[in-house]
Amino acid sequence: METAVPGKSKLDVAAIREEFPILREKVNGKPLVYLDNGATTQKPQTVIDSITDYYSRFNSNIHRGVHTLSQKATEAYEGSRDKVRAFLNAPRFEEIVFVRGTTEAVNLVARSFVGPRLRPGDEIVVSEMEHHSNIVPWQLLCQETGAVLKVAPFDDRGELDVDAYEKLLGPRTKFVSLVHVSNALGTVNPIECLTEIARARDIPVFVDGAQAAAHQRVDVQAIGCDFYAISGHKVYGPTGIGALYGRHEHLESMVPYQGGGEMIVSVTFEETKYNKVPYKFEAGTPDICGAIGLGAAIDWIESVGIDRIGEYEEDLLEYATRRIGALPGIRIIGTAGRKAGLLSFTIENIHPHDVGTILDQAGIAVRVGHHCAQPVMARFGVPATIRASFALYNTREEVDALVAGVIESQEIFS
Amino acid sequence: MSDLRELYQEVILDHGKSPRNFRVIDDPHHSAEGYNPLCGDEVKLFLKVEGGVVADVGFQGKGCAISTASASMLTEVVVGKTREEVGELLRAFRAMLTAEPGTPPDAAMLGKLAVFSGVCEFPNRVKCASLVWHTLDNALRQTDETATTE
Repeated sequence: METAVPGKSKLDVAAIREEFPILREKVNGKPLVYLDNGATTQKPQTVIDSITDYYSRFNSNIHRGVHTLSQKATEAYEGSRDKVRAFLNAPRFEEIVFVRGTTEAVNLVARSFVGPRLRPGDEIVVSEMEHHSNIVPWQLLCQETGAVLKVAPFDDRGELDVDAYEKLLGPRTKFVSLVHVSNALGTVNPIECLTEIARARDIPVFVDGAQAAAHQRVDVQAIGCDFYAISGHKVYGPTGIGALYGRHEHLESMVPYQGGGEMIVSVTFEETKYNKVPYKFEAGTPDICGAIGLGAAIDWIESVGIDRIGEYEEDLLEYATRRIGALPGIRIIGTAGRKAGLLSFTIENIHPHDVGTILDQAGIAVRVGHHCAQPVMARFGVPATIRASFALYNTREEVDALVAGVIESQEIFS
Repeated sequence: MSDLRELYQEVILDHGKSPRNFRVIDDPHHSAEGYNPLCGDEVKLFLKVEGGVVADVGFQGKGCAISTASASMLTEVVVGKTREEVGELLRAFRAMLTAEPGTPPDAAMLGKLAVFSGVCEFPNRVKCASLVWHTLDNALRQTDETATTE
């Protein structure tokens, strides 16, 4: 087992792999080669244990019980909120709202912040490389309000056209929503710069960080954005939990997203007083266990070191790009100068779906399809791509297995 | 590997690479579109029916080798068949795709379509093979809806 590239990183990948029980699984009789981390990452034992521990030892509802277990659960839940705050370097604890994931965060901001501020003819700006989750909520809002969705294009390498983006921002632009790292291309957008351009015009900015947070340090204060969202299951945590960072003054000014328990102070049939932030946005019993699992995942990432993770993955991506790119008939989709975590490509005369099946028979899990980014596929004139997306437990040997699988696909279809 | 060769038989690879009747038919009596949202496979079928039997079939679209080969072979086998006969073929084809692996296909009914029997080993590829058949069913029922594999 290769551990790392000498001199490049000190990650002991063999030891890290030991922490992920699923990596001992066999798929179709072959050792699992899991290269679908952009869809969801695997979970280290410590995250799995945190979930078992919660349900085995202190499962209880939060915020209302005076009994001991409820206090323990509340402390763990709120402790996780503070871990997320530190992970994103948000200034204040109250600026972190637990949500189901990035998708819910976009919808929350669209409904509670942007919607009430829109008038017919107002404009919302997104980029051409957004995930459907950062397109459809805005389309729904535009249909309801008469606002218009504007799209900033990217070039043939998959880099956002910053000039075109800047020109799109006008007096009617009320909101900007941009992806930090593209899930289909791997492009890392110059998000500080893009945010600054909008904020200089007093336009608030939402950043979709779903594909970013596992690969690089996120600092919402350095970025300067108004909102930032992550999904727990893409940062080694459980599914069903994510977090939204929002500037305190925005959260205070926003209407609730959903009504229910927890988000209120008092209810009569004449008047309901809402709870303070962030609880105003957390109606109903939340995913307590998920939040605790996310906290454990963040602890684990910090124990390894996000910068070391990023360095290691960068090297692995460079290796994969070189190896796959050297094969005949390969077209790499997305060749931006700054990329993170994934390699998207097509093989001449072979449909990605067929490649996916052939790789699966070799125990290799990749994503084949449009990656919920059909505008990106349309821009490159392909129906789908093969996407290998990496995590810190992946190795060069696994990239070699992918290369062998691609060659086998080409042999079958020769 | 043997499963893969079972799936990607030469006949399927050949039809996938060089689909037959890959053409638009002007003024079709029936036509329908099929779409598989999972992988983006698209197919459009055009049919001429004369004297109660399928006289000509053409298709357009894009998709994986399995879906393209399935559409190509469909256009060859349904010509000369009545609606009822097409219905029987559709049922037999679907039964083969969803059979327990190892079940011998109904070769008498399916003829050369039996080459798709390996698909039942790959549950997430069943829809690739069946999409065009659902589309044909819709076309013959003359509904305007787009067939989906859901």
